[in-house]
Amino acid sequence: MNTGLYIDFEKPVIELEKRIDEMRELATDENLELGREIRLLEHKLKKLREETFSRLTRWQRIQLARHPLRPYAAEYIELMTTDYIALHGDRAFADDRALIGGFAKLDELPVMVIGQQKGRTTKEKLAHNFGMCHPEGYRKALRLMRLAARFGRPILILIDTPGAFPGIGAEERGQAEAIARNIRDMAQLETPIVVVVIGEGASGGALGVGIGDRVLMLENSWYSVIGPEACAAILWKDHPNPVEKAPDAAEALRPTAQDVKEFGIIDDVLAEPLGGAHRDPETQALTIKKAVLARFQELSALPVVELIRQRHEKYRKMGKFSE
Amino acid sequence: MEWFRKNKERLVRQEKKTIPDGIWTKCTSCGEIVYGRELERLLWVCPACHYHFQIRYNQYIALLLDDGKLDEFDASLSSVDPLHFEDRISYPERISKTQQKTGINDAIICGIGRIDGRTISFGVMDFSFIGGSMGSVVGEKVARAIERSLDRRIPLVLISCSGGARMQEGIYSLMQMAKTCVLLAELREAKIPYISVLTNPTTGGVTASFASLGDVIVAEPQALVGFAGPRVIRQTIRQELPEGFQSSEFIRDHGFLDIIAPRAELRKTLSLLLEYMCGPQAGIHQSLKEGPAT
Repeated sequence: MNTGLYIDFEKPVIELEKRIDEMRELATDENLELGREIRLLEHKLKKLREETFSRLTRWQRIQLARHPLRPYAAEYIELMTTDYIALHGDRAFADDRALIGGFAKLDELPVMVIGQQKGRTTKEKLAHNFGMCHPEGYRKALRLMRLAARFGRPILILIDTPGAFPGIGAEERGQAEAIARNIRDMAQLETPIVVVVIGEGASGGALGVGIGDRVLMLENSWYSVIGPEACAAILWKDHPNPVEKAPDAAEALRPTAQDVKEFGIIDDVLAEPLGGAHRDPETQALTIKKAVLARFQELSALPVVELIRQRHEKYRKMGKFSE
Repeated sequence: MEWFRKNKERLVRQEKKTIPDGIWTKCTSCGEIVYGRELERLLWVCPACHYHFQIRYNQYIALLLDDGKLDEFDASLSSVDPLHFEDRISYPERISKTQQKTGINDAIICGIGRIDGRTISFGVMDFSFIGGSMGSVVGEKVARAIERSLDRRIPLVLISCSGGARMQEGIYSLMQMAKTCVLLAELREAKIPYISVLTNPTTGGVTASFASLGDVIVAEPQALVGFAGPRVIRQTIRQELPEGFQSSEFIRDHGFLDIIAPRAELRKTLSLLLEYMCGPQAGIHQSLKEGPAT
């Protein structure tokens, strides 16, 4: 994992890993002294990893959710599924590449998989618009979901977005309407829907593909009504640089998987490898696949009418107030 | 030198007035000075530029419903503080101060009323309550208003005015978008009409949920309607926004709004729409067979 891409609090761990790797290269069978030192450092590394990653602050989790090496939807589709066949376009305006999807097989189960895709390199980031959908992205998603429902295929949705795109074209083409319609129509889809937040779940941009019978979140993902930076800009509007206050806003918003689970909004938190999904994408993909297949199995036992009734009831109950 | 000193006590910070009172009012859009009584007679619409002043829930009730009367439901619903949210003041303190200032418990008033004798489930948002923001109370009250429509098979009319979701309630406020839209799916299946009325401003989570899902959508002229706020868009794309961007007229021209109704015509517009969408559903064949009344 020596790519030079890390976030500040990971640095001591990464540096120690690098040192151990270098020593291993020098070590030979004869050099017992070096071997012993490596074992000592490995012990130290194990402790350091645990110290660093076992009690993460909310802000650190958000940083992991945005980690430059974090696996994106396309990688999970690659790792989890076979025979993926990508589908394109909303049949009205364009093919929004911030949202990818198509038929795929999860083990033997044919599903429709849909994901918000961020892109790794600058070129990819631009092509996928950093995972920020335009209305055509939401409409493409709905088209694919309806297709799945019509042919009795369950739907898996991978959420990872810093928000729906705020731009002129997006407003002209009805960003709000696209999101609202998706929410309403997803409520009626006659097939099981499992949603997994794999990275960032920012506001309406996430909810626009976020209605499901089961909603799961990865351990270091977040889901909130507003991102920490935008929240900080509102709360500390007199501050010369409100972005500095984003960690405080993150504390106030309680957006982590653990928070949202505690609020009863999502069904389960899926464990990540120690240090985050990017440290072992294969294992992470397997964790997601197993969890999703188990949920599909559970949901497939329900008659469609009951499935939809329970979906409605799930969302009907959300909210806290006094009366 | 006593005369030279400024009397600081006189410098009282003026609350920004969105609702005109006092004798003379300056139009926030064109600067025209209008006499208060005259403005009231004109339904708080500037006679010079037709700017629609923001008005409160009770003014819409008076304007739209028969006898200016709403049989209010769920008035006791009140916010709690699920996140223990602190900004400059704590959220519970913000709520109780706003309740005292506005005389209402949250940003929407719902109930049963009539328009030209037709019973409807009605809800009207009030911007003076934390910018008309939607938290659990607004979401729940909208949900119950939809359920009253379903239970009694009466049409739904919602007047929106909102800056979006209520940040202080975090993920709970986001999920109110889901709650309201899921219930609107049921209303749609039940073939019960829903008219959404957009007023200045309707943005964010309210636009991206129930406000955009009317069978027919009506807006007041020149209202700001959009998903992202203009400031956020300007910051993101780093260019100036076109003239009239995100106005009622703009979204109508882009196909997301049916009717722009000046305030004076709003009641008539709603009444006629309800007549078309309610009433006996004999079907086209039967009405043709019977022929026009002679």
